[in-house]
Amino acid sequence: MSARRDRTSLAALAPLLWLGLFFLFPFLLVAKLSLSETTLAMPPYAPRLDWSQGMAGLRAFLAGLDFETYARLTTDRLYIVAYLSSLKFAAVATFILLLIGYPLAYAMARCPPSLRSALLMAMILPFWTSFLIRVYALIGILKPEGLLNVALRAVGLGPVSLLNTDTAIYIGLVYAYLPFMVLPLYAVLERQQHDLLEAAADLGCAPFEAFWRVTFPLSLPGVAAGSLLCFIPMVGEFVIPDLLGGSSTLMLGKTIWTEFFANRDWPAASAVAIVLLFTLVIPIVLYQRQQAKLTELGR
Amino acid sequence: MKRGLSGFNIAALVVGFGFLYLPIVLLVVYSFNASRLVTVWGGFSTRWYASLFRNEQLLDAIWVTFRVGLISATIATVLGTLAAIALVRARRFRGRTLFSGMVFAPLVMPEVILGLSLLLLFVSLGLPRGFWTVTVSHATITMCYASVVIQARLAAFDRQLEEAAQDLGCPPIKAFFLVTLPNIAPAVAAAWMLAFTLSLDDLVIASFTSGPGATTLPMRIYSQVRLGVSPEINAVSTLLIGLVATGVIAVYLFQMRRKTED
Repeated sequence: MSARRDRTSLAALAPLLWLGLFFLFPFLLVAKLSLSETTLAMPPYAPRLDWSQGMAGLRAFLAGLDFETYARLTTDRLYIVAYLSSLKFAAVATFILLLIGYPLAYAMARCPPSLRSALLMAMILPFWTSFLIRVYALIGILKPEGLLNVALRAVGLGPVSLLNTDTAIYIGLVYAYLPFMVLPLYAVLERQQHDLLEAAADLGCAPFEAFWRVTFPLSLPGVAAGSLLCFIPMVGEFVIPDLLGGSSTLMLGKTIWTEFFANRDWPAASAVAIVLLFTLVIPIVLYQRQQAKLTELGR
Repeated sequence: MKRGLSGFNIAALVVGFGFLYLPIVLLVVYSFNASRLVTVWGGFSTRWYASLFRNEQLLDAIWVTFRVGLISATIATVLGTLAAIALVRARRFRGRTLFSGMVFAPLVMPEVILGLSLLLLFVSLGLPRGFWTVTVSHATITMCYASVVIQARLAAFDRQLEEAAQDLGCPPIKAFFLVTLPNIAPAVAAAWMLAFTLSLDDLVIASFTSGPGATTLPMRIYSQVRLGVSPEINAVSTLLIGLVATGVIAVYLFQMRRKTED
């Protein structure tokens, strides 16, 4: 029995090596590059490790690394603004998502079972549909001569200019991440025993009070899971601020992209990525804990 | 106590799903617009679909995307299945915490970071960027999703069946292929589909890790979207949405039938 169990862990070997090479190792490279400097060579950074010189090459390489790029980040206002506005966009959008997602997940969980599974599939379907295409669909609606303004004009309201504004980014974030918020909430709400609410009612609790004192506290693990699942990727979001936001909108994902592709400043892009990663480590660990707890609950 | 839906519940459903689906429906409707202007309805026409099939660049991108998707999804499913077995079955082994962390992290990590780190790897290895670098990158990310899907099914699978087969003299590997694999097959298929769709949809990681000659469809769409909305993009988007929706709904109906049979 124990011998049999030992051998199952061998299954981890191939994926472990793969992830080690293609996931973990690249992060060390990003960390290394964030300590390097920009040059006009290809690839555009220095120092480069020269193995042909043996230990002397390694020493020269290590001596060339410094925290210059990070110092540059803290003195340049653009990076600080991008950092803070990424956190602001993600936090506000998460809050809006909760306000919209909670009633939706709650209503889904209260539907009769047959309808429930159809609605669940309708909620999962956008998750499978291309992110880019869904953001593109919003452009056609939000742009100045877009469908929103056509509809507004039909009812006699003035044109609004939403595309390339912060409002458009919020609309995009909420639209794209809604299923990520609803699905964890739904999973928790659907499992809740209806007897609890009946017991509360029998004891003289009004429906609304029962919701606040029974349903909502019990759904908090779902609230936490949904919020983290949306917040974490939104902080580093690229497509939405790039296509829906204005040129003055700064977010970290876009900053990394611009530094890399437009400015060819690879060390700066790497340093921003490392800062972003450190910011997200705590929410990611929290989320993993939460997931483990939810899995335990489900069993 | 009455159950049923309150007016508020119904309003939440209508508004929520309306918000989710209205933009997509409009996109599909306007792909059949005869007019080039996106907001003026010029009558029903399939001219944009016709022009789509004459657009060499777009067709080329579709072909690249499908090949990347097929290969990367297959690698991802094999590796994801192995990872799921290790994580569900082997409760302790050296490096398990690191391993489960590595399988988990790509699910939530911003794509920009993943793309950048993979690109730096290929540069430092001196590999020319192109078809294979995108494929390997997609396999790396999507194997984590595949693993999650398969883990759920594997955790629910009764291990005694496999142990019974082994007690009857079946070697472990053979028992896996004869007993366990057929049982988790629906999850493996779903994992492959998820990996394929994620690869099909990915823009950010492909942009970082691709090179000349390996432009994927999302990259092509992105560069056209930056120039403005065009009915041709509506048409290609509609085809993609139709393909994915057909697949997802087919799987859903298949699962419903299995459930009623059980």
